[in-house]
Amino acid sequence: MVRFLLNRLLLIVPTFIGITIIAFAFVRVLPGDPVLLIAGERGVTPERYQALMSQFGYDRPIWIQYWDYLLGLFQGDFGTSISTKRPVINDFLTLFPATLELSLCATLFAVVIGVPAGVVAAVRRGSWLDQTIMGTALVGYSMPIFWLGLLLIILFSGILGWTPVSGRISLMYFIPSVTGFMTIDALLSGQDGAFLSALHHLVLPAITLGTIPLAVIARQTRSAMLEVLGDDYVRTARAKGLPPQRVIGIHALRNALIPVITTIGLQVGVMMAGAILTETIFSWPGIGKWMIDAISRRDYPVVQAGLLLIAVVVMVVNLIVDVLYGLINPRIRHR
Amino acid sequence: MKSMKALLAATAALALMVGAAQAKTLVYCSEGSPEGFDPAPYTAGTTFDASSRPVYNRLVQFQKGSSEVEPGLAESWEVSEDGLEYTFHLRQGVKFHTTDWFTPTRDFNADDVLFSFERQWQEDHPWYAYSAGITWEYFNSMSMGDLLETIEKVDDYTVKFTLTRPEAPFIANMAMDFASIMSAEYAAQLEEAGTMDMLNQQPIGTGPFQFVNYQQDAVIRYASFDDYWGGVQPIDDLVFAITVDPAVRAQRLQAGECQIMPYPNPADIEMLRNDPNLTMMEQEGLNIGFLAYNTQQEPFDDPMVRKALNMAIDKQAIIEAVFDGAATPAVNPIPPTMWSYNEEIEDDPYDPEAARQMLADAGVENLSMKVWAMPVSRPYNPDARRMAELIQADFAEVGVSVEIVSMEWAEYLEQSSQVDRDGAVLLGWTGDNGDPDNFLAVLLGCDAVGNANRAQWCNEEFEALIQEAKTITDQEERAELYREAQVVFKREAPWATIAHSLVFMPMSNKVSGYVMDPKGTHAFDGVDIAE
Repeated sequence: MVRFLLNRLLLIVPTFIGITIIAFAFVRVLPGDPVLLIAGERGVTPERYQALMSQFGYDRPIWIQYWDYLLGLFQGDFGTSISTKRPVINDFLTLFPATLELSLCATLFAVVIGVPAGVVAAVRRGSWLDQTIMGTALVGYSMPIFWLGLLLIILFSGILGWTPVSGRISLMYFIPSVTGFMTIDALLSGQDGAFLSALHHLVLPAITLGTIPLAVIARQTRSAMLEVLGDDYVRTARAKGLPPQRVIGIHALRNALIPVITTIGLQVGVMMAGAILTETIFSWPGIGKWMIDAISRRDYPVVQAGLLLIAVVVMVVNLIVDVLYGLINPRIRHR
Repeated sequence: MKSMKALLAATAALALMVGAAQAKTLVYCSEGSPEGFDPAPYTAGTTFDASSRPVYNRLVQFQKGSSEVEPGLAESWEVSEDGLEYTFHLRQGVKFHTTDWFTPTRDFNADDVLFSFERQWQEDHPWYAYSAGITWEYFNSMSMGDLLETIEKVDDYTVKFTLTRPEAPFIANMAMDFASIMSAEYAAQLEEAGTMDMLNQQPIGTGPFQFVNYQQDAVIRYASFDDYWGGVQPIDDLVFAITVDPAVRAQRLQAGECQIMPYPNPADIEMLRNDPNLTMMEQEGLNIGFLAYNTQQEPFDDPMVRKALNMAIDKQAIIEAVFDGAATPAVNPIPPTMWSYNEEIEDDPYDPEAARQMLADAGVENLSMKVWAMPVSRPYNPDARRMAELIQADFAEVGVSVEIVSMEWAEYLEQSSQVDRDGAVLLGWTGDNGDPDNFLAVLLGCDAVGNANRAQWCNEEFEALIQEAKTITDQEERAELYREAQVVFKREAPWATIAHSLVFMPMSNKVSGYVMDPKGTHAFDGVDIAE
């Protein structure tokens, strides 16, 4: 197990360097000179242009820029935002818990509904229940996030008035940030109703962000279950006279879960992309919204560092998934 | 279940109690996050709305709803005969905010004025680079560095600015956001504590609202400042609920989560107008969208040709198709909300027949030209591509064939300013300080040829008028010169003036006292909300 872990950790180094190169190159191949963009319609004098280029360090040879960037990274310096003039890492650490909270809730929503739905569809294969579940999953999978988010807002907040339109908590409360998780901070603050308000605000964004993963998980669970249910050992278990719930719940599901967990891990990457749209729609102060702002402001250091940090998050999640995978499936870790 | 009900009841009761005891709160669904709370390093209106407007004051300020200047922290000022010396007499007894993190020991005085400007000007000033990557964008782009000779403290309540050349718009610059007055005492305290960054995160000013806290990208809270020199505000709390998506802002407004919002989607305007609980305010923005010919190239060096092409453009059709009707046709190079706007000038009529005749008279046949379409959406031109296509069709009517060109935005800005550029360029401008000089000299002056003067137009008569207007400080006299300059502009037609876009501000019927600002900022002093 230790060797398995070490191997996985070693793989991270080249991956990380690869990502730094891609993030660094990406903002530089984007068209547009950042200084000219800042100056806008007014234009900029040649002297001022030179001064700004050297201040941002864009006048130096590209490999020196990359080297400095890499050196900075190893000292924990992710660069300074051109627009806010604050260190990028500070903003990231402030905003990331909001994204994490939303993503965890969305994952929870997707797993809690997606896995049972997939199991039911597999067990009742071909029935109207199966058809309905898989049909709904297909619709959910195909629905653009921004459209789904707006539809949910219009229906549940606008017409029915059941949920708040956007934000993380009612403006009535001011919750000091301790963990960065609004639900936990609201509980810690001890203010009456704050926790319920925070939960209330999580419902629509979590559903919006969780819908696509839910559909994928449901489909994956169904096909994995179908495969397992046809296996010899399931037939043996049934033949032994075990109760059907036990056959499905323990023998089949546990084995079917292996590909499902991989799927859930892969959905984290999808979720990061989805978070950008979901956060923008629901005014959710996370890193997705932060990246969108940075791109529209051409704030290259933020885009560069944001790409890198998000990639690192996805990488870490995949590592965790691999380890979990090893735990569930001994054949992998012994190989 | 029972306990749940009890909890809900308790929450509701509490909410009611809080509501009754609670002070009047105005919630503004703002469109984005401020870059910081020190306005001087930034140029974005969103940042100014959250920093300079509520928290700070300036020596002079714009009258509500106008681009004219009135006394602010300076009660009065004098300008020397030669137009080089501006002496400001400061208001006495002005208090700075008292907060958890700062308690002022003295009132506002000349030291604060010196601090506020010297930090942006003198490279060896300890605050010149107080945070990594700080640049003083507006101070530099208004050429303040070259313009200022000295800033002197005559006594505690008198400050004298000496300029290197007469420049009447200087007084309007003093009302701009970068000229906000900071507390020198607060700065000294931060410097001593080694936390200079806090100036940009926990602002202290003299303005109508004091900063309470900011949850990044989510909520900004302000409280009315009881000792404000301009009087106590009708509301107690001001909250900015940051909501990026315009459709969601509209939903929040309708759901009552906020009471006022900027920049609605054009598509939502009808729906918001029809909501009986809402009021919609609208105004021309301080902007102009134009088509700039290259007046140094044949045949566009002939005013008759330019005039003829202007008459071929159907502006009304453009306004319907490109602006969804939310714009007014532009006659002059400055918007109607700006002082010195010449009401007497008549627009060139849309008359393809006459245009064709004029082109023939000028000896132009089978003309083919380029029209440049910007790749980005701006308030003065939401869809340049579409506009270019309409102009292409209009010009085809009079026998001129058009090729539409476009390129990446930074490249576009750079290439379109070249003197030998081929073709007419779609572009526009949004004003900075409400002074006509900020449009006429910046966009059409001889100095700006090869830069922001995309028509490459240098007209002696026009130049003489705007240069003279720079050196006179009497506003009525200046206005007279600018009105004349607009006549020259219309006669010579270096641009086709297309449109001034409209700005909308939907709000709850409970809100009163809001005044739209032609410069596009959003300020909430004097605004009240019914219970």
